[in-house]
Amino acid sequence: MTALLTRRKVLAGMGVLGLGLLAGCDTRGQLSYKYGKDLSNKIMGRTFKLKNPEGETMTLSSFRGLMPMVFFGFTQCPAVCPTTLARAAQIKKLMGKDGDRLQVIFITLDPERDTPQILDAYVKAFDPTFVALYGTLEETQATAKEFDVFFEKVPAGDTYTISHTATSYVYDSRGELRLGLSTSLSAQECTEDLLTVMEVC
Amino acid sequence: MHPVLNNIKRAVFGLSLLGLALNASAQTSVSDAWVRATVPTQSASGAFMTLTADSDSKLLSVASPVAKDVQIHEMSMKNDVMSMGPVDSVDLPAGKAVKFDPNGYHVMLMGLSGQLKEGDSVALTLTVENAKGEKQAIEIKAPVRSLTNMEGHDHSKMH
Repeated sequence: MTALLTRRKVLAGMGVLGLGLLAGCDTRGQLSYKYGKDLSNKIMGRTFKLKNPEGETMTLSSFRGLMPMVFFGFTQCPAVCPTTLARAAQIKKLMGKDGDRLQVIFITLDPERDTPQILDAYVKAFDPTFVALYGTLEETQATAKEFDVFFEKVPAGDTYTISHTATSYVYDSRGELRLGLSTSLSAQECTEDLLTVMEVC
Repeated sequence: MHPVLNNIKRAVFGLSLLGLALNASAQTSVSDAWVRATVPTQSASGAFMTLTADSDSKLLSVASPVAKDVQIHEMSMKNDVMSMGPVDSVDLPAGKAVKFDPNGYHVMLMGLSGQLKEGDSVALTLTVENAKGEKQAIEIKAPVRSLTNMEGHDHSKMH
């Protein structure tokens, strides 16, 4: 992956993505999910541009060919973030060989405290293939807005904690948004729905 | 010594013993305490446990030598939005096991002095107050469990 994608390359990538859609991925057909929420009629996450811990600019098209599962959080989150990432690691195992195509992406909502080093060590503790992304505060806000992710700092003594949307967003291998997985679902339930997405793309 | 006086003395002594016994039994028990491991330089983590008080009480505060600031937080989920924030105290109704787990209340260890590694143990001092305003300090050692454990997830029963 090149360190810096130019605007042109990003646009070209998006064009390829568009061609992919035309090339025969069934994007119209409503899939029926047993547990997750069908988000195929929503447009989210198409234009985010963040950095990975190596400092490379990443967009949705950076993960073309994989099935991205995007989750927002922060490393000082004591409960829902680690349990959701642990569930993601479990899902990847349950998917077996297909799990190789699942790309878990953790986007920090706390770029002020989550340094690239902490982020990288944190996500890789769950699975070495997991990727963490971060941006400036403005980029983080723009990305959250694009995903319709709510987040807000909550004062806690001299410091703060963060309330945030805990949904995992799943794209198919052509970058089409498909599915929202709630934190209340088990790894097994998520796996069933993810395999449904994989059947079409 | 006058026998009656002696008996009274004994009775008083007995009563005072009883008083001590009552005092000792008016306690809060802690079970299943654990702390989530961290990665290097991560500055906060959570501690989890189950508290059961003999009489109506409340947990006022927690302190630990590993963290500059220890707070009690409450987490709640609504429409898949996780809300979190500090609370002043947590009610511990008599005989009821109150869980501090990743789905609700938890103890936040903030400003950690170092990495918490799986297998370490963390000293915690809990201050519990009963309905009479009597405070009790409970010292526990909580083992550090892996960052990636799924304890407390709604479906943790699943293996």
